[in-house]
Amino acid sequence: MQGLASYIIRRLLWAPVILLAVSLVTFGLGRFGPGDPIQILQGQYRDPEVRERIANELGYNDNFFVQYGRYMGNFVTGDLGTSLTYRGLPVADVIFPRLWVTFQYNLLALVLIFAIGLPAGIWSALRQGTWMDPFLISVFLFFASVPVLVSIPVMQWLFALKLGWLPSGGWEVREFFGIEIGVLDKRIILPLIILTLPGIAGVARYMRAQVLEVLDEDYVRTARAKGLAEFTVVSRHIARNALLPLATIMGFALVGLLGGSIFLETLLGIPGIGSYAFEAVFNRDYDSIMAIVLITSTAFVAANLVVDITYAFIDPRIRLGGGAGR
Amino acid sequence: MAYEAANGTLGAEDVTPRRSFLVLRRLARKRLAVVALVVIVIIYLAGIFAPLVAPYGFADTDFGNTFAGPSLEHPFGTDRLGRDMLSRVIWASQTTVIISAAAILTGGLALGVTLGLLAGYAGGRVDNLIMRVADAFFGLPEILMLLLITATVRPRVENFFDKFDGWPILGGLNEAGLPDYFLIFGVLSLFGWVGMARIVRSQVLSLRETDYVMAARAAGARTPRLLFHHLLPNVSNIVIVAITFSLGAIAGTEIALTWLGIGIQPPHPSFGTMIFDASGLTTLRAHPNLMLVPAVVVASLLFSFNLLGDALNDVMNPHRR
Repeated sequence: MQGLASYIIRRLLWAPVILLAVSLVTFGLGRFGPGDPIQILQGQYRDPEVRERIANELGYNDNFFVQYGRYMGNFVTGDLGTSLTYRGLPVADVIFPRLWVTFQYNLLALVLIFAIGLPAGIWSALRQGTWMDPFLISVFLFFASVPVLVSIPVMQWLFALKLGWLPSGGWEVREFFGIEIGVLDKRIILPLIILTLPGIAGVARYMRAQVLEVLDEDYVRTARAKGLAEFTVVSRHIARNALLPLATIMGFALVGLLGGSIFLETLLGIPGIGSYAFEAVFNRDYDSIMAIVLITSTAFVAANLVVDITYAFIDPRIRLGGGAGR
Repeated sequence: MAYEAANGTLGAEDVTPRRSFLVLRRLARKRLAVVALVVIVIIYLAGIFAPLVAPYGFADTDFGNTFAGPSLEHPFGTDRLGRDMLSRVIWASQTTVIISAAAILTGGLALGVTLGLLAGYAGGRVDNLIMRVADAFFGLPEILMLLLITATVRPRVENFFDKFDGWPILGGLNEAGLPDYFLIFGVLSLFGWVGMARIVRSQVLSLRETDYVMAARAAGARTPRLLFHHLLPNVSNIVIVAITFSLGAIAGTEIALTWLGIGIQPPHPSFGTMIFDASGLTTLRAHPNLMLVPAVVVASLLFSFNLLGDALNDVMNPHRR
């Protein structure tokens, strides 16, 4: 197990290096990007003296690396800077409630995707060779093929305007023990449909492939030969072994969904992190952009670490993989 | 799977020496995949030969005939400026063909395959460095970064191309929106190589210790020859599947980028601009065909790529045939 420990340590040491590189690039893009945050702060007052004062206050006159060092120092201690979009509010106060909003409905969508995708994948694999297998997978692939920028306006038009069944967007919260929960309102149905339908294909295809992989294994044949009920064979012997690699993907999928929420939240008026990112870019709100990029990439790097380390546990070739010319 | 084929485990009925024939023959048995391939070929050919196929120019306005329904002259109707929807869809396909081809060639193929081969084969430090850079890219919120990068780089790219104004060929290309294409496939390939590199690397890892690679190395083959002559043909299966899926994904990303205002700029048609123009709820209610036409074409293109990729995946994997 010594190889595994050193593998984990090596990977852990890389994580901060990656995040540092990401933050430096993002910070640079912000500082050298077009648009002038000071001009936005000034509003209609274009006095050069005021401009100079603001620039000094915000430290924009310092050397790039001094600015970067100061920002990162503050970031590590939990000060994420000040929002330009919401004048004067600390970025942290804006971002974390919005992250919670996005997290809630994304988690629910992910649960739905797996709840439909897993059984669909297994069902499909067990019917390999009949017309039902390609049919089901094709239906899910079709849902995955409609761009969200088409499905969102069309669904809004259909369910809100034409049928009048659902509100066209928005976000209503109910409080439970001081926690604001937004996924209990009927406004959540539309975004859930839009998020869930395209996601199913991936999970179903993955599960189908996994099941087909283990279907020929000796232990499955043994289980059948023992005379076990088909349901037991599928649930205990096939699904369980196919699920192992899938569990590691869940974390990734959640972080990935967070990234795709820009369009959904902007078009449906959900006050989550996606719509905030969109506003922040157009307001040249670089402190907010930095915070969003750093938080999402930290989450990604963490999920990545967990996945890789889990695989290293399972497959010793990964952690021992040295050079070819050894 | 590739390994077996390389060793020549051919059945009695197989006299064909080429693997690609086998794959094609198996694919031909999947009717759905054949239909998908036909749809892709039609849309791509229409795009490539847009100047010949399209009945009107993409910017030909006819203000006496706006928001027209389907008719003989305009089978798909006209938009708010009286432009022929059929022609615009065909020109939009051309945009998609150009962007996907360029992004795949530079990002997916050149960068992704080369770095994946190198990482998997060399191992150790090289592998670690390449894969950690990949991790960094993978961890970035792609759409947000594309927004930031294009916003930062666009003025510079435009300045650069402005120098060629009035030049014989380059000037014309500039007029035709070359900077937009350049930017889009640039940023797409910046992020596009990561997935391909990971897939190729994991495949090479398992091929590296096989006898035929050992034999080639023992025979004194140099690294480039090993990579491109011995390893590449055996990862080509998964590369083809990955390309099929990413061609669809790139067409989808173009829509997202254009919606954000950083993609193709009007009047150049792309599926993104057409969908964006039609997606206002008032427009959608009054003239649903404006959304329907580009949406159906782009969805059938993406659907076909997904079906084809799925079928190829099955055909090339011995477990799932």
